[in-house]
Order: sequence, then structure tokens, then C-alpha cells
Amino acid sequence: MAGMEMRALRKSYGGLEVLHDIDLTIDDGEFVVLVGPSGCGKSTLLRMIAGLEPITGGEFRIGGRRMNEVPPRDRDIAMVFQSYALYPHMSVGRNMGFSMEIRRRPAAERAGPVAAAARTLGLDRLLERFPKALSGGQRQRVAMGRAIVRDPQAFLFDEPLSNLDAALRVEMRLEIARLHQRLGTTTVYVTHDQVEAMTLADRIVVMNGGVIQQVGNPLELYDRPANRFVAQFIGSPTMNLLDLVADADGLRLGNGVRLLGPAPAAQLGIRPEHLAVVAPADGEITAQALVIERLGSDTNVFTEAEGIGPLLARVHGNVDLRPGDRLGLRLIRERIHLFDAAGRRLPPMH
Amino acid sequence: MAALRRTPPALVAGKYAAIAAYVAFALFPLYWLLKIALTPDTLIFSDGTALWPSELTLDNFRTVIFQSDFMAYFRNSVTVSLSTAAATTLIAAAAGYAFSRFTFRGKRWVVALMLLTQMFPLLMIIAPIYKLVAAIGLLNSLTSLIVVYTAFNIPFATFLMQSFFDGIPRDLEEAAMIDGCTRLQALRVVILPLTLPGLGATLGFVFTAAWSELLFALMLINSNDAMTFPVGLLTFVSKFSVDWGQMMAAGVLALVPSCLFFLFIQRYLVQGLTSGAVKG
Amino acid sequence: MSATQEERAPGMPRARLARAWLRYAVEPYLYLSPALLLICFVMLIPLAIGISYAFQSINLLRPFDAGFIGLENFEALAGDGRFWTALTNTFWWTFGSVTLQFLLGLGLALLLSTRFHGKRLVQALVFLPWAVPTFLTALTWSWLFNPVIGPLPHWAAAVGLLSEPYNILANPDTALWGPVLANVWYGVPFFAITLLAALQSIPSELYEAAEIDGASPWQCFTKITLPFLGPMIAITVMLRAIWIANFADLIFVMTGGGPANSTQILATYVFTTAFRKLDFGYASAIAVALLGVLMVYAVILLVVREKLVRV
Ligand SMILES: Nc1ncnc2c1ncn2[C@@H]1O[C@H](COP(=O)(O)OP(=O)(O)OP(=O)(O)O)[C@@H](O)[C@H]1O
Ligand SMILES: [Mg+2]
Repeated sequence: MAGMEMRALRKSYGGLEVLHDIDLTIDDGEFVVLVGPSGCGKSTLLRMIAGLEPITGGEFRIGGRRMNEVPPRDRDIAMVFQSYALYPHMSVGRNMGFSMEIRRRPAAERAGPVAAAARTLGLDRLLERFPKALSGGQRQRVAMGRAIVRDPQAFLFDEPLSNLDAALRVEMRLEIARLHQRLGTTTVYVTHDQVEAMTLADRIVVMNGGVIQQVGNPLELYDRPANRFVAQFIGSPTMNLLDLVADADGLRLGNGVRLLGPAPAAQLGIRPEHLAVVAPADGEITAQALVIERLGSDTNVFTEAEGIGPLLARVHGNVDLRPGDRLGLRLIRERIHLFDAAGRRLPPMH
Repeated sequence: MAALRRTPPALVAGKYAAIAAYVAFALFPLYWLLKIALTPDTLIFSDGTALWPSELTLDNFRTVIFQSDFMAYFRNSVTVSLSTAAATTLIAAAAGYAFSRFTFRGKRWVVALMLLTQMFPLLMIIAPIYKLVAAIGLLNSLTSLIVVYTAFNIPFATFLMQSFFDGIPRDLEEAAMIDGCTRLQALRVVILPLTLPGLGATLGFVFTAAWSELLFALMLINSNDAMTFPVGLLTFVSKFSVDWGQMMAAGVLALVPSCLFFLFIQRYLVQGLTSGAVKG
Repeated sequence: MSATQEERAPGMPRARLARAWLRYAVEPYLYLSPALLLICFVMLIPLAIGISYAFQSINLLRPFDAGFIGLENFEALAGDGRFWTALTNTFWWTFGSVTLQFLLGLGLALLLSTRFHGKRLVQALVFLPWAVPTFLTALTWSWLFNPVIGPLPHWAAAVGLLSEPYNILANPDTALWGPVLANVWYGVPFFAITLLAALQSIPSELYEAAEIDGASPWQCFTKITLPFLGPMIAITVMLRAIWIANFADLIFVMTGGGPANSTQILATYVFTTAFRKLDFGYASAIAVALLGVLMVYAVILLVVREKLVRV
């Protein structure tokens, strides 16, 4: 096991630079999740860590050792692919023991770790099967088993659960979390799925357009997003953004409500769960309900706010509202985020 | 499609008639070849154009196999075709792998070059090849044919192999490299077993092409010992143009390896013909 | 330990970089080199030599006459009636073969894309001619046209196509039909297979949607199948035409270009001139002319392709 360091890491394809100056330190035993919109370079970064893509510039170290030119086989890392990449012509057992086979470990020596990993993942009875005779979830387990057997310095996952259905995804997510608690191996995990990111990560790295936007633990990102992009990317449903008007006395919302706060703020962000739904007369904002989504545990109220535009409020439990009803909304002050014109976070009000 | 629409019976009958016509058109010439080969010499003129032979004999085959040079031609052709197929498949597999797995400077030019070789009239180089081969003293040798045929078939076989490699996910190879393989090891342990059908198909396509090549063989070979089957058969035809039964028996023999390989590569015809784009 | 590494770092990356460069830039050429070498030495260099032959006098029967003669071969070509005949014949041979192969191939592909009993067997049987060696195709068909042992002249006479059962290959007016027919037999599978693959690539939802919209089978064919296959058909047909224009085996074996030059195409003219007369200079001049014709055709093809791909 070992930590990793990336210093000003860059990657270009031909003339096109897709990763710009990535600086990131991953501690020994840490579980780091890379998230970001499609095409932002998550897979590329992961593949550079694995040694599958040549590094254009900067330096990459594992356990203090420079890795830029080390081929994948000498990096002592294991990777779980989105497609699983099981060898179709080998049985499950041979798939899992393949890395030892390549290193010429005798068959007797290979059996132990394979059996142990198979037991952990509930694959004991499938060792003789071939990949095409497995279900999606079982294939996923074999792919993980292949990584575990290695006992590597680090695990890399590229969207490992995206081919599974919702229920299996939850189950495998727990399994991965348990595995990491037990083995404590440094892990880099790429995903699209917010819930995966929030639940699994020690730290989340949010990327956009080949640049790291923010690094932090899940609650930090939720409570103190570094910029508008992170604010909107983390959290579901997406944070509401309201334009602010600055005049001589300070800041105003579109409907005229005054706010205290730093003058350069251009926009205000408020998460749907931090908008309180009240009677029309009690609200700072009056709005009309357009669509009500009842999820059971929560209710999403899509509204059109006077002087402001569309706003989404999320209420715990159920509310007695119908489309067309008028309602009032209040901003929970300590939950307001302010951003300047460039989208950077400003210190909170009060 | 059209699961629920009832097709009129007349249309169904028409369809089966059309299918039967196509099958008859495809098989009739081959049937005729076999029929004359099995007709005794004495009956050829009375029976020649009748649909069924009135008597069958294997004499023609016996003569061709035991009393003519055809077996030697056959051996030459097998040697040439098998060697060509093996060499081409090996070289094309390496080149197809490079096309499938690497992006590199000059790739577009190399691909364009290979396509070009498929477009210009091959007959343009028949004279220079003759002079070159004569200059290094390899006229009348099977080696020269093997080298020439191998070069001719490489572009097509490379595109074919590339399509087979493209069908194997890159992830597999990368997983193998992370598992500790060098690229060559990954190639041997993971890619090779998965591409065996592709190698077999390429082998079959190239064999079929080499087996039927005539014009370069005519040009480069004129000693009886080194003749390939097509050259031998053509020489026989121009010398003994009335030994119909024997000629056709020889023809049937020439057909056998092609048919065997055809059965073998049938499943890959689509891939073969579309990836070669211009190969017949 | 990290300190010493730090100190060494400046010198190391360059050597490593060189190795990395080697890995990514040179490795593919390592795999390509046998193929490229063979293609260069057996095809491209002879091609260049072949073109240079067109400007030389090289006749193996007159070895002392050799030397550069400028455009003399081409001047002779311009005044050579056989050349012009061959040029016309090349057009008819290519046009006739491609048209018939395509139409019959399309019919076969459409049949094979429907469901019927014994389809796998039928498919194997109708594709079989593709595997028959060309020289054997040629011989078989010339035997079929021979009234002594072949039935075709008798059948043709019986239905009134011929006045009497004679060998059409021996009659200058009809001889070209022989190789064309053999070529059609040999080439229908190629078109059927490529078109079948294209047909199967049309998503079946399209047909289902059209059917729900009330389209008849004929409308499905003209409104979905043809527009979908259009570009692919055009490109296949045009490439195939080049291949057929170069395809000399059938004619050479069946008629040798005769009778009276009536079946001579440029490709067979090149071969017979080189093979029979051993006049390599003149043969190369014809070949260069053929190449020129094909290049003009290819340019037209590229322009058309541009147009089609835009659509
Ligand atoms: N071989 C390549 N050549 C050129 N550009 C590439 C190549 N591979 C990836 N890219 C580009 O690099 C960028 C990052 O790609 P990458 O696969 O890392 O995205 P990603 O964040 O993993 O996206 P996704 O979530 O969709 O998997 C993309 O814009 C992509 O177009
Ligand atoms: Mg990705």
C-alpha cells in the first residue's frame, strides 16, 4: 500500500490538451472518488495512474517512486474496468489467478488467494464457470476478485457499477465500502453517480474540463462548494441559483427583497432542501406551484417565483399543495451560498 | 417484420421459385462439370448434352490421378497456397494489430498506400516482376510465386485481421497488462486465443485466392515440374482439347480444396468481403 | 532516499523520454515493417519500373533494341485499332457485368433477408460460386457454351435465341456475352453478401415504425431500404467496377481476346502482349493507359462519394 502524488500532471492528444496541471495528493489507504461531467477527463486521469496512457507532462509518484515511464505491470496496481474485461476464454478461477500465473507462481500457491477472494465475494461455486455463463453482478464480482487477489498497492475503479441495475448497484456499493474498510487499500474510483461518490469517498475530487474544481470530503463539498460549478454538480436535486442586483444600499433579490452581504456577490445559491415552504403571506418570496413530485419521504415543489423565475423547493414528508396553488418561500439564512460574477464562492452573509 | 400481415400464397410460391432458380443457377455449372467427369469417354458424344449420364465411371479420375502429372500440379498448388496463406496471415496479423491498437504518425499514409495497392491494375507489374524474378534466377520456382502472392494478399488480409482485432475489446489487453503482462505476453495469452477464428478465416481467404491465381503463375512458371494446378490444367486443355472427361475430372479435383476452405470460411464471408472492400 | 532521487531526476527523464518515445512511435512500425517491405518490393517498386517501361522499348524477342524511346509506345497506341476496340470492350464488359451482378445480387440479398425453410443450406449453396477458382469458372463456362458437350447452345436454339446450336464464343457478335455470363455467375455472391450485410444493418425498428404508419412492403423498400443502402450501394458498385475492369482471367481463358479481337479488353490486351509477344514496353504502355482511364474514373468516384457522404 502506498500514497500517490500528482504534480502538474498534463495530458494532450495531438495538440489538444485534455488535462491541465493536475495537482493531487492521495494518502495511503485513502478512498478518493473522481467525479465530473462526461468528457472531463476522469478516465484519462485514471488510465494515466494505471500506466495505460503515456503522461504528457508533470510528475506522478506512487509511494514516493516516480512512475511516469514505468509500465503498468510494474506499478503494482489493480484495476476494475467498466466493461469488467474478463478474459472470455478462461474460467472464473483462472481469471482471478491470472496475475499470479503471469508471474509464474505455481498452481498450488495460486489456489489459496483465489479461494479466499472467492469466499469473500461469494463466488466459491462459480470458479469453474466461464464469464459468458455469469450474470452481470457475478461478472462484476469476478472483476473485483481479480483485483483483490493481487493485494496491490492501489485499486483503480472506472465506473464499475454503471452496467448494473439499481438494486445490484446499491448492494455492490456496500460491498466495495466493506472491502475498503477491511483491506484499507488506497483506492481511486471514477463515477458519474453522486450517491456513490458521497457514500464511498473519504475525499471527492470534482473535475470539469480537465481541471480540478475542488477536493474535499463529501460534507465539505456539500456545505462549502468552492464555486458555482461544484455547487450545482454536488447535491440532488440541483441547487437553485438566483441573480442578485446591487444598488447603493446593498443587495436585492429580483423581487426586491433585501439581503445583507458582501457587495461583489452576483448570484445566490440555495439548495431546494433549504427553501422553507410557508403560507403565501409569510414568505419572502411568493410563488405559484407548477408541478408537485411526491417521493414519499420527500416532496419536490417546482414553482414559478414572482420577479425571480423557476425555483425548486424540497420539503420533508408531504405537503398539502396542488398545481396552481400560491405559496410563500423563505430562504434559510445560514444555508445561503454567495458567488461572485466569475462564479467563485464568497464568504457567507452575517 | 410483417409478422401479422398475411402474404398471398402466390407471392410465397413466387419467392420459393426464385430461390430455386438462384440455387439452380449457382449449382448447374458445377453439376455439369461433375457429370461429364463421370461419363465414360465412349458415351460423351452420344450423351454429351443429355441432362443425366446413362452410365457412370470413375475412369477419368483414375487416369487423371495415376497417369498424368496432375497430382504433381496439385502438390505444387497446395505447397504454394498453404505457404502463401501461412506467411500472409502471420504478416497481416502483425500489421492488422498495429492498425487496430495504435494511433501513430503516418498511419493515414500507410492505410492509403495499402488501399492504393488494391486499386491499380495488378497486370501493370507483371512485366517488371518477370524481369526481377528472372534477374535473381527464380523463374520456375515456387518460392517466387509464394513471395509474389503473399505481397498481393497482404493489404486485404491486413484489413481483415484489423477488423477481427477491432472486435476484441482493448480493455482485455489493458487488464492483462495491469495483471502483469508485457504487451507481447498479453498478445500471446489473451489476444491470440480470442483471435484464432479470425486467423483461420484469413488463412482460408488467402488460400482460396492463391489457389485460383492464374496469370502470374503462367508468366513465371513454364517448366512442367513447377506448374501449379491452373497452369497445368490450362496447358493440358490447349494440348489435348478433346479429352473432355479427363479435363473435367481434373477440374473437379481443383474444386475440392476450394470447397473445403469455403465451408470453413463461410461464416466470415461478410466480414471478409466488406473489410477488403474491393477484393473479389 | 527521496533526496537522492531528487538529485538524479534532471538526467533521468531524457533517457526515459527517449524510451517512451520509442515505445509509442516506433513499436507500430515494428509490426508493420514486414508487410510494408513486401508491398514496397513486390508491388510499389515494380509499379514504378512498370511505368518506366512504357517509355522504353523492351521486347524479350528483340533484346538488342532496348532503350528509352520517349512517347513512341503511346503514339503507336493511338494508331492501334485493337487498342480502341479494347477500350470500348472494357466499357461494355465492365458495365454489363456490374449491372447484371448488381441486379441479381440485390434480388438474392432481398430473398435471403426474408425467412424461409432451409435458409442456411440455400445460403451456402448460392454463395458457392464465389469460392470456385476463376480459371475453373472460365473453363466450365466455355465447356457449357460448347455445343459438343454443353447444353446451353441447344437450349438457346430451342427457345429461339440462336438460329442453330453453335458456340457463341466463336462468333464475334456474341462472344463477349460468354465471359460476361461467367462473370455474373461468379460475382453475384459478392454483391449478395455485401448487400445482405448492409440490409441487416438497417434497424428493424424502422420497418416496424413504417408498418405502424401503414406503409406497404413496396413502400418500405423504396422509402427505407433504398435510401439507407444508397450510399453504400454506390460505393460498392463503383469500387467493384474498377476490380472488374482489371479482371482478365475469365476472358483470357475463355476466348483469349478473340475471335477477331471481339472480346479483347485492356487488361487482357496487356497480358497477351506481355505473355505471348513478350513486348513489355508496349504492354506497359497499354497498362498505363488503363491506369489513366481508371484514375479518371476514380476522380469521378471521389466526387460522387463526397456528395453522397454529405447527404
Ligand atoms: N484517444 C483520444 N484521442 C483524442 N481525444 C481523446 C482520446 N481519448 C479521450 N479523449 C478526449 O479526452 C477527454 C477526456 O476523456 P475521458 O474519457 O477521460 O472522459 P471521462 O471524464 O472519463 O468521460 P465519461 O464520464 O464519459 O467516461 C474527452 O474530451 C475525450 O474526447
Ligand atoms: Mg470515462
